[in-house]
Amino acid sequence: MEFLRPASWPEALSLKAENPEAVPIAGGTDLMVELNFDKRRPPAILDLGRITELTEWSEVDGVVWLGAAVPYQRIITELADRLPGLAMAARTVGSPQIRNRGTVGGNLGSASPAGDAHPPLLAADAVVEVASVRGARTIPVSEFFLGVKRAALAEDELIRAVRQPVADGPQQFSKVGTRNAMVIAVCSFALALHPARGTVGTGIGSAAPTPRRAPAAEALLAGELDWQQPKPLPEGLVIRFGELVAAAAAPIDDVRGSAAYRRHALAVLARRTLAWTWQDYRSGRWSRCA
Amino acid sequence: MRVNLTVNGEPRQADDVWPGESLLYVLRERLGLPGSKNACEQGECGSCTVYLDDTPVCACLVAAGQAEGRAVRTVEGLATEEDLDPVQQAFVEAGAVQCGFCTPGLIVATHDLVRRNAKPTDPEIREALAGNLCRCTGYEKILDAVRLAAARREEAR
Ligand SMILES: Cc1cc2nc3c(=O)[nH]c(=O)nc-3n(C[C@H](O)[C@H](O)[C@H](O)COP(=O)(O)OP(=O)(O)OC[C@H]3O[C@@H](n4cnc5c(N)ncnc54)[C@H](O)[C@@H]3O)c2cc1C
Ligand code: FES
Ligand code: FES
Repeated sequence: MEFLRPASWPEALSLKAENPEAVPIAGGTDLMVELNFDKRRPPAILDLGRITELTEWSEVDGVVWLGAAVPYQRIITELADRLPGLAMAARTVGSPQIRNRGTVGGNLGSASPAGDAHPPLLAADAVVEVASVRGARTIPVSEFFLGVKRAALAEDELIRAVRQPVADGPQQFSKVGTRNAMVIAVCSFALALHPARGTVGTGIGSAAPTPRRAPAAEALLAGELDWQQPKPLPEGLVIRFGELVAAAAAPIDDVRGSAAYRRHALAVLARRTLAWTWQDYRSGRWSRCA
Repeated sequence: MRVNLTVNGEPRQADDVWPGESLLYVLRERLGLPGSKNACEQGECGSCTVYLDDTPVCACLVAAGQAEGRAVRTVEGLATEEDLDPVQQAFVEAGAVQCGFCTPGLIVATHDLVRRNAKPTDPEIREALAGNLCRCTGYEKILDAVRLAAARREEAR
């Protein structure tokens, strides 16, 4: 096994092109477990730790550019106002030790259906910026996941960043686990209100082969919510929203929960997050400059 | 491969490191620092917690090569020749040490908590220690130890 240690992004891309089998390592919180348990023996490891651009973020014209290797802990402390849904999800990842190392780029790279960063990225219309020596391209998060642990990355490509608009309305993330801390999601749900466009974004985690949106549920709210004169939500609308979110999932029975439980729990999470975000919107509390 | 790093303030070098090897293995088996414990090797128990450039991490999840040129502080680096670190002292006094296997990781995690947060609430303590497992104490004595360490630190300011 080789340990490749590029000092710059262009060097990382050329090393990846020359060694397509090389496995990138960012925080190592997924990859090291596989190495420690002999589950993986790649011919080379490509350490992204010295590429400073990947650990930076910036905001330009209302869009946050988040380097792939910014650890969760920094998303929580530095970006909770701009990317509230992602920051909330980051708070639920593992333990402080895991959040100090784990990254959104690594979460995307693993492409687990249970990755906690994925639902808020879906709900907020984020795009993944990837690159290779052939050039850069962007992939909407909704097209990034191809199957269980399979992502739309070519073998010479690396994830550079995610780009996501600064929140234009309240966002929420909610997760069901078997205890409060240090758990992989039994199921999870993210919701983002976009008052400027009059739309709503959703993201479902751990309840289908890939993270996915709930388009029918989004359409329902876009048609029904009165953004100009926000009134309390009719109960029937909230219930219908929960049903449509549950219907969009394709869960399985496994050790962590049954498919039926996951559907039920998703409907509950959907109703709750809708109530919370709408309450925030009505009270004007979400506004960054308020 | 060879890895150069600073451990507890001293420049150290490890040779013949396998590229998939963890920092924990290097510390324990190559540098003779058995303080950080190896229990799960999957980030679940926290007994391998060390500072990497001042940030607490699971040493079992850091590739040794990622520590090249960086500073590591282990539980061995907290006490001085004469004195235990106040956090260690609090663990001893509160009876938070039984078999002691989880203790080094908990000490590092607590050390980080009390230096960041002078008056941690119980939920904050629980959140800070959520990644550290103890099979013996039932955690109550550990919570006492953290409260004691925080209170002493606050007094000393
Ligand atoms: C104890 C424990 C608890 C955990 N709890 C949670 C949890 O609650 N929620 C959750 O979602 N996850 C959890 N995880 C999983 C893990 O922490 C996350 O998936 C994290 O986001 C991985 O990031 P990383 O930087 O550590 O990834 P790494 O392990 O470095 O990499 C993961 C994968 O992504 C690839 N990769 C990394 N960076 C790039 C890049 N820039 N371009 C292309 N590919 C890349 C790697 O090759 C590898 O295949 C947990 C893990 C542990 C050990
Ligand atoms: S040995 Fe590293 S967390 Fe358990
Ligand atoms: S004292 Fe034995 S594991 Fe904690």
